Amino acid sequence: MQSQIIDPAKTELNHHHTATVVDPHHGGHPDHRLFGLVVFLIAEGMIFMGLFGAYLAFRSTLPVWPPEGTPELELLLPGVNTVNLIASSFVMHNADTAIKKNNLGGMRTWLAITATMGAIFLVGQVYEYTHLEFGLTTNLFASAFYVLTGFHGLHVTIGVLAILMVLWRSRLPGHYSSEKHFGIEAAELYWHFVDVIWIILFGLLYLL
Amino acid sequence: MTQATLQETDNIPVHPQESGERKWQDFFSFNTDHKVIGIQYLVTSFIFYCIGGVMADLVRTELRTPDVDFVTPEVYNSLFTLHATIMIFLWIVPAGAGFANYLIPLMIGARDMAFPRLNAVAFWMIPPAGVLLIASLVVGDAPDAGWTSYPPLSLVTGEVGEAIWIMSILLLGTSSILGAINFIVTLLKMRIPGMGIHQLPLFCWAMFATSALVLLSTPVLAAGLILLSFDLLAGTTFFNPTGGGDPVVYQHMFWFYSHPAVYIMILPFFGAISEVIPVHSRKPIFGYKAIAYSSLAISFLGLIVWAHHMFTSGIPGWLRMFFMITTMIIAVPTGIKIFSWLATMWGGKIRLNSTMLFAIGFVGTFVIGGISGVMLAAVPFDIHVHDTYFVVAHLHYVLFGGSVLGIFAAIYHWFPKMTGRMMNEFWGRVHFALTIVGLNMTFLPMHKLGMMGMNRRIAQYDPQFTSLNEICTYGSYILAVSTLPFIINAIWSWLYGPKAANNPWNALTLEWMTTSPPAIENFDQLPVLVTGPYDYGIEHRKQDANPELREVPL
Amino acid sequence: MEIPSSIWTLLIGIVLTLVSFWYGQNHGLLPTAASHEATLIDGLFNTMMIVSTGIFLLVEGVLIYATIRYRRRAGDNTDGPATEGNVPLEILWTAIPAIIVIGISVYSFEVYNDIGGFSLHGGHEAPITQEAMSMPGTAMAATLDKDQAGVGATPEREGKPPQLVVNVTGLQYAWLFSYPETGVSTGELHVPIGREVLINMTANDVIHAFWVPEFRLKQDAIPGRQSQIRLTPTKVGDYALICAELCGPYHGAMRTQVVVESQEAFNQWQQEQLVASEETLNKAVALNLPPDEFLAPYTREMGIHSEMLHQVHH
Repeated sequence: MQSQIIDPAKTELNHHHTATVVDPHHGGHPDHRLFGLVVFLIAEGMIFMGLFGAYLAFRSTLPVWPPEGTPELELLLPGVNTVNLIASSFVMHNADTAIKKNNLGGMRTWLAITATMGAIFLVGQVYEYTHLEFGLTTNLFASAFYVLTGFHGLHVTIGVLAILMVLWRSRLPGHYSSEKHFGIEAAELYWHFVDVIWIILFGLLYLL
Repeated sequence: MTQATLQETDNIPVHPQESGERKWQDFFSFNTDHKVIGIQYLVTSFIFYCIGGVMADLVRTELRTPDVDFVTPEVYNSLFTLHATIMIFLWIVPAGAGFANYLIPLMIGARDMAFPRLNAVAFWMIPPAGVLLIASLVVGDAPDAGWTSYPPLSLVTGEVGEAIWIMSILLLGTSSILGAINFIVTLLKMRIPGMGIHQLPLFCWAMFATSALVLLSTPVLAAGLILLSFDLLAGTTFFNPTGGGDPVVYQHMFWFYSHPAVYIMILPFFGAISEVIPVHSRKPIFGYKAIAYSSLAISFLGLIVWAHHMFTSGIPGWLRMFFMITTMIIAVPTGIKIFSWLATMWGGKIRLNSTMLFAIGFVGTFVIGGISGVMLAAVPFDIHVHDTYFVVAHLHYVLFGGSVLGIFAAIYHWFPKMTGRMMNEFWGRVHFALTIVGLNMTFLPMHKLGMMGMNRRIAQYDPQFTSLNEICTYGSYILAVSTLPFIINAIWSWLYGPKAANNPWNALTLEWMTTSPPAIENFDQLPVLVTGPYDYGIEHRKQDANPELREVPL
Repeated sequence: MEIPSSIWTLLIGIVLTLVSFWYGQNHGLLPTAASHEATLIDGLFNTMMIVSTGIFLLVEGVLIYATIRYRRRAGDNTDGPATEGNVPLEILWTAIPAIIVIGISVYSFEVYNDIGGFSLHGGHEAPITQEAMSMPGTAMAATLDKDQAGVGATPEREGKPPQLVVNVTGLQYAWLFSYPETGVSTGELHVPIGREVLINMTANDVIHAFWVPEFRLKQDAIPGRQSQIRLTPTKVGDYALICAELCGPYHGAMRTQVVVESQEAFNQWQQEQLVASEETLNKAVALNLPPDEFLAPYTREMGIHSEMLHQVHH
């Protein structure tokens, strides 16, 4: 049960520390930030799970869903936007591949494209909002629709800003390299998260 | 045969970068040292304990008589709402985080947490959230729908107060999540190489289980509060039946967090008690693996019992049965711990110092709360006592008798390490005596009150309950008085108490293997484990070897 | 020669068991049982109390004994024995609580079934009358195709219609009762002894809860939906009917009486209520006031707003 590491030097009285043990604290901290981000995204995922759970609960308790009078949701624009977002994840991954090969220029290009696709997604959302025939308080489905997609849209916005920030920082020479690219990996992971959430959301709100 | 002889000087920095002394300004600033943050959490949460305690005594003063004759009913509802909200979100949950912050890196041989700046951010969210909540009383619109804030009531009573409550909880929940991220990453990734998971102190196991719960359940509360705030401020009707919404969905979302919250509030102190009892009984913890894994079991089960708070809310019979069974099951890992602690004490050499008195008090009173909890799990009985003083009795036995006594045991135990000073033992015992008397006097009669027909959250009651209520009220005044010897002791000892040795209790976990208080970077070199965390009794230590280093106060 | 410790342990165990059995049944913690369901629930509680007393005495006893017997003697700075565990013992103290909670669960399940927890159906036993439809939220409730919440018919009465139906509305801060069969509408609940009564409830504004401690039954009254309690009163008397869900500042004042009386007394009371409401109606007609305006001064005193009265079914 116990760890039985006995350093013979320590069994004597009046010993001093010997520098026999490699101390990782001096020089080269292991980088736990990506793992931290994963843990954080678990929490973020649970907020969405809570919202999805509520949506499903409402959907199953009301006899008619969506409530009577709710206009059908158009599928073309959101469908295209979904494809756009999914594609952007692949584009984002290209940026990561690029920096791992030390291809800074390629990374920046792919990042810029991803950010653009993200912005297109947001524009598409705003377009849809302004052309919908129901408002936030029209009925329960409408409220859920706006809150869920709005909350997701907020996360997409943050993702786009994160990508832009990484792009900005990449202007500093040597800031990102094949060894050091936490920023891109973090932005990529977050972007994939946002994408997966959208797929579930799209399925729940538009398809189900 | 391995030695359990510990060298106190093992991990003391030979060349400390700075002395362990800190200036008082450090504690009022954005400091990233986990030890400073830990103390910030502990002091801040204790201040909120006092504020929440004042509210409790105001509530009890009203309840001394059956009529509404002390405060107005609206103020009364705000008092119990704020009392519970403060005690949960501003006292017990942050106090657990405070101990976790202080102890985890030390116990695993790390320099600091994985994300020190995030750690400081997590702490600094707490004072503004607390001030916001209390300010609601000042502006005259305090939340008054109970700490559970059920709609539709919470949507029709006091918009400003309710909005303040929601914002405050969202801030505090975020703080809790950020802390949990740090604890999980640090525990998983930053232990010294020789410390496998079965050499990890039980407090660390407990904090891992707690942090998993925080991570998984707090966000669902956030989701629920987001929907509630839309109903409150934007005219949606998620929880309003007039618009087709369902108030019971709110209850599910609320309790999905708030049940795990109670385990978030007790698990750290289960962990602390598992540290304290072996040290002061001079015996290894009995059943280390059982205690470690029971923490994980409680954590997992804690996620699937929430609707036992909703047995009369209108959930179907089969659902009531499911949650009854899962709730009953959770009694088993909890019982394992209690028996293990008893077995640890059995045959030991128990030092009846303040720490150990509070630990013994913890075991003795928590078990009462645990027993009433199993009763509450039984649906037919719960139908009778739900929303009565029986529940109030149960929750205070587990939260006061459990968490709060556990916090005090932990404070008396680690105060020398944190401050480099010893607390006064005589006043510690006075504190204990007043607390244990006050606690039982206040909460024991509430079991009967509830069963006989006194419901919760009321300012007026049936006059037949007057004499029992008087006892509860006077007990609550004793509890108020009991904090005074502690506060004076803590402040005085911090400033003028006798200096503490590095390891005044002769303990074996790594935090005792450095100075009191520890140097700023904890350990100058990587600590080396020479014993397990609870290897007492493996070899009799020669106490007279270095008497000046081995002060054992009792 | 000393008495072996196992004999002491045995004696302590016997005393503990006897004390538990006695106290578990003579605890005096519950009010009188006034319904068939209450008797069943009290049986469950007494059993739990017996077990709890035993566990309590055992744990506290061991704790106090260990604290005294194994306290450090002055001058002894050595450690205790290096005992780390005892697997058979740990298995025992895992298995016994597991068996206890399984036992309590099974017993609870049975009691829950016996009080009618599983015999809830959508709509059959709870006819939604025309008057009921005028309450806010009941239109919604009527369309909800889900099981009724609450407690339904006991297994003996399953499938049979209730012997009496009362519709209850909770509102800030009063209870209103109406008897659809006779048209009586009151603020006090009367039920005849020994007759199974179905209590249909809803709320007008916020969540309330219907609770009679002597019946041991409680159910939330939720706006927008119907819930029910079905019970058989078994003891004549006046009992408190208490709101058991925070509903606002005057939640503590929201209580009224439940009167359990003989069938004859109940019939007579119903007659009196009908006569009284007719007199009231006649007076109102004489005064040429519509009923809600006439009642306004009384209801204002009770804290009921006149708009609510429109929605009360009679």
